[in-house]
Amino acid sequence: MAAAAAVEAAAPMGALWGLVHDFVVGQQEGPADQVAADVKSGNYTVLQVVEALGSSLENPEPRTRARAIQLLSQVLLHCHTLLLEKEVVHLILFYENRLKDHHLVIPSVLQGLKALSLCVALPPGLAVSVLKAIFQEVHVQSLPQVDRHTVYNIITNFMRTREEELKSLGADFTFGFIQVMDGEKDPRNLLVAFRIVHDLISRDYSLGPFVEELFEVTSCYFPIDFTPPPNDPHGIQREDLILSLRAVLASTPRFAEFLLPLLIEKVDSEVLSAKLDSLQTLNACCAVYGQKELKDFLPSLWASIRREVFQTASERVEAEGLAALHSLTACLSRSVLRADAEDLLDSFLSNILQDCRHHLCEPDMKLVWPSAKLLQAAAGASARACDSVTSNVLPLLLEQFHKHSQSSQRRTILEMLLGFLKLQQKWSYEDKDQRPLNGFKDQLCSLVFMALTDPSTQLQLVGIRTLTVLGAQPDLLSYEDLELAVGHLYRLSFLKEDSQSCRVAALEASGTLAALYPVAFSSHLVPKLAEELRVGESNLTNGDEPTQCSRHLCCLQALSAVSTHPSIVKETLPLLLQHLWQVNRGNMVAQSSDVIAVCQSLRQMAEKCQQDPESCWYFHQTAIPCLLALAVQASMPEKEPSVLRKVLLEDEVLAAMVSVIGTATTHLSPELAAQSVTHIVPLFLDGNVSFLPENSFPSRFQPFQVTDGSSGQRRLIALLMAFVCSLPRNVEIPQLNQLMRELLELSCCHSCPFSSTAAAKCFAGLLNKHPAGQQLDEFLQLAVDKVEAGLGSGPCRSQAFTLLLWVTKALVLRYHPLSSCLTARLMGLLSDPELGPAAADGFSLLMSDCTDVLTRAGHAEVRIMFRQRFFTDNVPALVQGFHAAPQDVKPNYLKGLSHVLNRLPKPVLLPELPTLLSLLLEALSCPDCVVQLSTLSCLQPLLLEAPQVMSLHVDTLVTKFLNLSSSPSMAVRIAALQCMHALTRLPTPVLLPYKPQVIRALAKPLDDKKRLVRKEAVSARGEWFLLGSPGS
Amino acid sequence: DSIDAREIFDLIRSINDPEHPLTLEELNVVEQVRVQVSDPESTVAVAFTPTIPHCSMATLIGLSIKVKLLRSLPQRFKMDVHITPGTHASEHAVNKQLADKERPGL
Repeated sequence: MAAAAAVEAAAPMGALWGLVHDFVVGQQEGPADQVAADVKSGNYTVLQVVEALGSSLENPEPRTRARAIQLLSQVLLHCHTLLLEKEVVHLILFYENRLKDHHLVIPSVLQGLKALSLCVALPPGLAVSVLKAIFQEVHVQSLPQVDRHTVYNIITNFMRTREEELKSLGADFTFGFIQVMDGEKDPRNLLVAFRIVHDLISRDYSLGPFVEELFEVTSCYFPIDFTPPPNDPHGIQREDLILSLRAVLASTPRFAEFLLPLLIEKVDSEVLSAKLDSLQTLNACCAVYGQKELKDFLPSLWASIRREVFQTASERVEAEGLAALHSLTACLSRSVLRADAEDLLDSFLSNILQDCRHHLCEPDMKLVWPSAKLLQAAAGASARACDSVTSNVLPLLLEQFHKHSQSSQRRTILEMLLGFLKLQQKWSYEDKDQRPLNGFKDQLCSLVFMALTDPSTQLQLVGIRTLTVLGAQPDLLSYEDLELAVGHLYRLSFLKEDSQSCRVAALEASGTLAALYPVAFSSHLVPKLAEELRVGESNLTNGDEPTQCSRHLCCLQALSAVSTHPSIVKETLPLLLQHLWQVNRGNMVAQSSDVIAVCQSLRQMAEKCQQDPESCWYFHQTAIPCLLALAVQASMPEKEPSVLRKVLLEDEVLAAMVSVIGTATTHLSPELAAQSVTHIVPLFLDGNVSFLPENSFPSRFQPFQVTDGSSGQRRLIALLMAFVCSLPRNVEIPQLNQLMRELLELSCCHSCPFSSTAAAKCFAGLLNKHPAGQQLDEFLQLAVDKVEAGLGSGPCRSQAFTLLLWVTKALVLRYHPLSSCLTARLMGLLSDPELGPAAADGFSLLMSDCTDVLTRAGHAEVRIMFRQRFFTDNVPALVQGFHAAPQDVKPNYLKGLSHVLNRLPKPVLLPELPTLLSLLLEALSCPDCVVQLSTLSCLQPLLLEAPQVMSLHVDTLVTKFLNLSSSPSMAVRIAALQCMHALTRLPTPVLLPYKPQVIRALAKPLDDKKRLVRKEAVSARGEWFLLGSPGS
Repeated sequence: DSIDAREIFDLIRSINDPEHPLTLEELNVVEQVRVQVSDPESTVAVAFTPTIPHCSMATLIGLSIKVKLLRSLPQRFKMDVHITPGTHASEHAVNKQLADKERPGL
């Protein structure tokens, strides 16, 4: 038995000896892994490996020794978790001893120590002993990069697990490490070394007397100047090194006395990157520094920052300079002071003020803005800094405004003032009386009002912005100020054509301020606007006068702009609705444009109400019945058809009402929407007019009844569409089944395209939101039957096509399985002689976003990737269809294709480009302008993004673009020239052969009769001239 | 749309000064009022004002304007680029040089 066991044990031992021999003497690499695996699986112990290595470990030939130790180290790296404490002690002793050995052996020894440094069983005291031995015996910087990296790893491992022990070494550890990393050059090692230094500081290791040495050994790399070699496999970027070095340098105030002079020196250097890095590092330092550290350097820091901001040509340096100044000021503001200490913030700010103040007085000079920016950067840092700067600068700027008389100078001064006022908003004052602005309020107001009455538009604009900022300060403006302000805003809201920007700004300011001061606006602005509206009405009655007419338009816009507060909406909305009733009563000569203008105002008002549930419901409940009542009234058959009333039924007017109703519905809560839907659907289905104001009509309202007299009523389906297609998805629609059938019926009725399209859209909108299930399938079946019946033949083909298109869109958007079948049907129609062109345009509709139905805002189900999906599913079939189609319908396929590609996100298109490009080039030769334009606009971004692929076709592209640059359509000429411009992004060698030809050809569009075309020709030709010239 | 002074000015306003980081417009070297153009007669005259009377870059600025116009205007145009009278020490020499260079850069 015993003999058998001995044989069994001897057999693996024999194998071990063999493996060891192969590795050490045979120089094979494989056995090391084998041995490690065997130790790991418990076949041998580490002790047995050592025994097997035996004499090789002490072999007089250093190469053999190194090889033996290498094997042991590799085994340990895999198996350090299995080691017992006793074994670790022996191994450490052995390895420490080997550190004194021949230099060939050292790399393997370090590997072994790295393995041991990972060992959990390492007894206390040994970490220190290992590090001492390394510090003493190894000259790290003469080792190769990999071995230096190993040393850093050993240190990092110990710092992670034996922090207390290492700290007992005191400053010796820091000193040892300083010697280890002194002279390090490899970026991979530097990243680890910087990390170690950062930990030394942040974990509070003792630096002892070696603070300056530690600083020197790291700061010598500042500023980092490193460009990774091409194809660098390590992926270390310049930015990685910069950030990790910055983390070290800015980690402790103890470096301040050494670092700040260095930073100042580097900001003063000529190298842009050094300036940026220094300013950013300074910025980071301010997070940990206090007054003590900064004190001695403040004058030089300020001088350097000031110089950079005053003189630099680089916006980045300016921005970093301002950011550094901001942090410096914040840092000085933060420090807690002893009662008798000097406050550095005050002296620092007074330095800044002293250097910048006088520049503020020269609004024509170059330094005015840099000075203002510096002061604002400082003032933005803390409430104290803000007070101090503002109390100095405001009186100065107020005085300067009056000293300078030119509008342009005043504008600069006011714009600076505005910057300082905006900073005030950052700080809230517990006690409003202490606010520094209070004392200047009257002067500021009179200055702003002066700006508002200045003839210069630019100055007025700044004045309006300043007024808004002043108004945003709580409780600053008095009631009298507001009254005056409102008066000015009223006047500015009626400015003439040439100062549109000012008028728009005034409207915006009215909106902002009205939300804050509703009382002032409803008592001083709304009555004036109401009066204006009334005057406008009487003017309209007397016939149009152009100036009056535009004044009337301004008034409508002002009314909607000011409706930003619920209480104001309650006054302005009735005014507008009242105005519409006046139009309908036929008291005046109303044109459709007047009604549309009112509707646009109503829509803007509705938008402003959306965020406030109460206003939203008020608007909905007030405006929608009124609009419906007006429309129903207008749609009643009359004995004597009056022109005036029919205005309300025009396509554009109804479209404007549609957008009002949609906007007023989308943000309703489901409960309120459900309440509204019970009135509106019965109105259309049953003619139940009871909820409308003024509801005595001469005859019944039956929009779905197909009789000759009711064509006007049928048009109002558009309004029904606007409402039901904007409802939240979970609102139940009463009598849905009947509604859907009626809509379907109407959609294929051929007498009026407007109402049949509206019915198709409404049907599609409801279909899109309807939950999947039996009812949906029934609706779909009905629709498909209707489409097929209509498309067959007869008068309703085009209506059936429209229905098909909208239903397809509704399903494509929600990824419904039936959509592919319907799309195929649509594609089949491309070769239909009658409907082909319409089908091609239909692809544009499928891919684009609608404004009235099937919108995300209107709660439709729109999947985000629907365009990509549509592209993947259908483009192969389109391409195939194109190749198979007879010559006369090929353009339809190209047009459809270019519509699809045009709307597609470019990253999706790029991979497919090579296969599609030849088709797109063919599309350029298609005589249809729309195809040309759509293809050009598709190609232009591709030229910019995929120049390599495109350059294969340069010959065709140049010829076709040049041909199209003399197209009869201006839009095509412009697009072709833009493509010629984009062509210059192709690789220059490809283009150079064409240069003379192109430059000659582009001389012709320089003389185009249209200025916009000439402009494109100039920029394209200019780029072509520069091709191949130095510096391009 | 016929070619007018505004359009010509738009062509040359954004040319950068060789010495400043500013455009000729910002330096008031070119102004729209100093552009004379007649589309039917195919003539353009641009007068530019050097920043100082001894500006050594006057010729270079003039040539920049001229090249820009040559590249951007139809060939039928006859163009004349010269210094605003009385604003440069060696006005005539520079004007002569500008006129000499028939179609520079082409």
